[in-house]
Amino acid sequence: MNQNIYVLIEHLQEKVTEISYIMIAAARDLAKETGGKVVAVLLGKNAEGLASSLATDSVLYADHVALAEFTADAYQKTVASLIQESEPRAFLFGNTSIGSDVASVVSARLSLPLISSCSQINDGKLTSKICGGKIMAESELAETTTLITIIPGGYKAEEGQSENSPEVKSFNAPALDDLRVTLKQYIEPEAGDVDISKETILVAIGRGIQTEDNIELAEELAEFLGGTVCSSRPVVDQGWLPTSRMVGKSGQTVKPKLYLALGISGAPEHVEGMAESEMIVAINMDPNAPIFDIATYGVEFDFFDLIDPLLEQLEEAKG
Amino acid sequence: MANIVAIVKMVPDLVEELEINDEGTGLDRDWLRLIINEFDNHAIEQAILLKERDGGEITVIAPEAEGVEDMLFTTAAKGADRMIKLAGDFEEGVNNHALARAFAETAKNHQPDLILTGVQANDDLDGPVGPLVAEYLGMPYVGYISNVTLEEGKAIVQKEYPGGLIGEMEVRLPAVLGIQAGEEPPRYVAISKVRQMMKTAEIDEQEIPELDLSGGITTSRMYLPEAAERAEMIEGDEDEIATKLIAIFKEVGAL
Repeated sequence: MNQNIYVLIEHLQEKVTEISYIMIAAARDLAKETGGKVVAVLLGKNAEGLASSLATDSVLYADHVALAEFTADAYQKTVASLIQESEPRAFLFGNTSIGSDVASVVSARLSLPLISSCSQINDGKLTSKICGGKIMAESELAETTTLITIIPGGYKAEEGQSENSPEVKSFNAPALDDLRVTLKQYIEPEAGDVDISKETILVAIGRGIQTEDNIELAEELAEFLGGTVCSSRPVVDQGWLPTSRMVGKSGQTVKPKLYLALGISGAPEHVEGMAESEMIVAINMDPNAPIFDIATYGVEFDFFDLIDPLLEQLEEAKG
Repeated sequence: MANIVAIVKMVPDLVEELEINDEGTGLDRDWLRLIINEFDNHAIEQAILLKERDGGEITVIAPEAEGVEDMLFTTAAKGADRMIKLAGDFEEGVNNHALARAFAETAKNHQPDLILTGVQANDDLDGPVGPLVAEYLGMPYVGYISNVTLEEGKAIVQKEYPGGLIGEMEVRLPAVLGIQAGEEPPRYVAISKVRQMMKTAEIDEQEIPELDLSGGITTSRMYLPEAAERAEMIEGDEDEIATKLIAIFKEVGAL
């Protein structure tokens, strides 16, 4: 085994995704501890150009038609064979639709330990956020190659970007035949009535809104503020708001001037889509809600007790 | 007619206050209130939708935990045909590698065409269960799924990517799918129907003699987050808070 830290670069539709840069920043912290190099692992077809923005010591690139787009089978096989050949100290994946499909399967296939949902690496200690961000768990690299999945929160994407194109070395993908998963097509998201990523004032609702009828209250408030209602995942899964209004991991990333979070606990999947907001005001009954750790202002209160006086005073202020 | 297995686990209810054990290495399970993993609940809904559409049978497998029997009877009331409880050293909490081996061993006996499970759970520390089960059974895995259609020998699934992009994938069966959201929100079922199931339906108990924990991680320390910066908390009664909030809204130019 060597001391190098490998990072599986994620890309979609010819663009490196943000989590890839976050992983590179995390890998650099880990490499300081192991004394190894940070190596980006890029898989694709004619995708070598994507290597140029990566702030790593080098890039290992596999070019293969079966790797043109992400599919689980082809990625798993390629990553597993690369680990067997080169035995890095650790291999970082995004805790994402791409990385999660690869890391766990490779862990089971090669009997390698896996640490998931890691957001921060300090002095060789890996901190994972679990239970919706309410619990932190610390662990260390195992004796063997350790697989790690990374969530956003601890590093900024810019820390993993560079203009000095790193050296690219090619490696051969293993035999990629008899693949059981294939991509048929991409389906672009339907455009919503509003593009929440362009709104400057957002009133966000979460599970705490309780019923579909209560959304009206948030809409009334949004109207006063000249803003738009958006939400965390559970509201969209209930069918109460369209997917175009969803903020977070598989939804939109927003950076409004004001993000007013009503009954949103602040699980990492949601926070990654709104943490860069200029001001966050959070109203939540749970004093331990992680949203209070990132908010500018917090109110520990039942939103439903607050809404009437708030609307009344807004009405008065409007005069 | 698909033979579907749904893999389900109970997880901490995050509405309750969570505490750390005396050793500082795990959750204090004495005080833990458990609920069904919400993504597993979506997986069950997806399984029932597939059964309603194409016929077939659903077997639900869950490890022993506080409240697991009520949960299994609820899935029966929704339309599951068989419920299996894994008995063994699960109560203290085990890692997902061990759990996945137990699930895989049990699921194998039912020769499933399709295994559905939640894409993740809030207490996962060594990756989600689904892809581990898939690899232990030599089946393909695709996660972050929000739509499933069954065809002869294959499934057409919609996989979610950031920003709302969907990848439509074809997956050869048998396969394991990690469900992010069912096509419909999880249905409610009348408590009377659940009670009826408690009288008529049976839960199979499957003994798992030994748990193999390898592949999981050792947590050296578990703790509640100590925020470096916390929000400035606004105090007062309803009216006072409303006044202060409006001042803040004005300050950022929202009014």
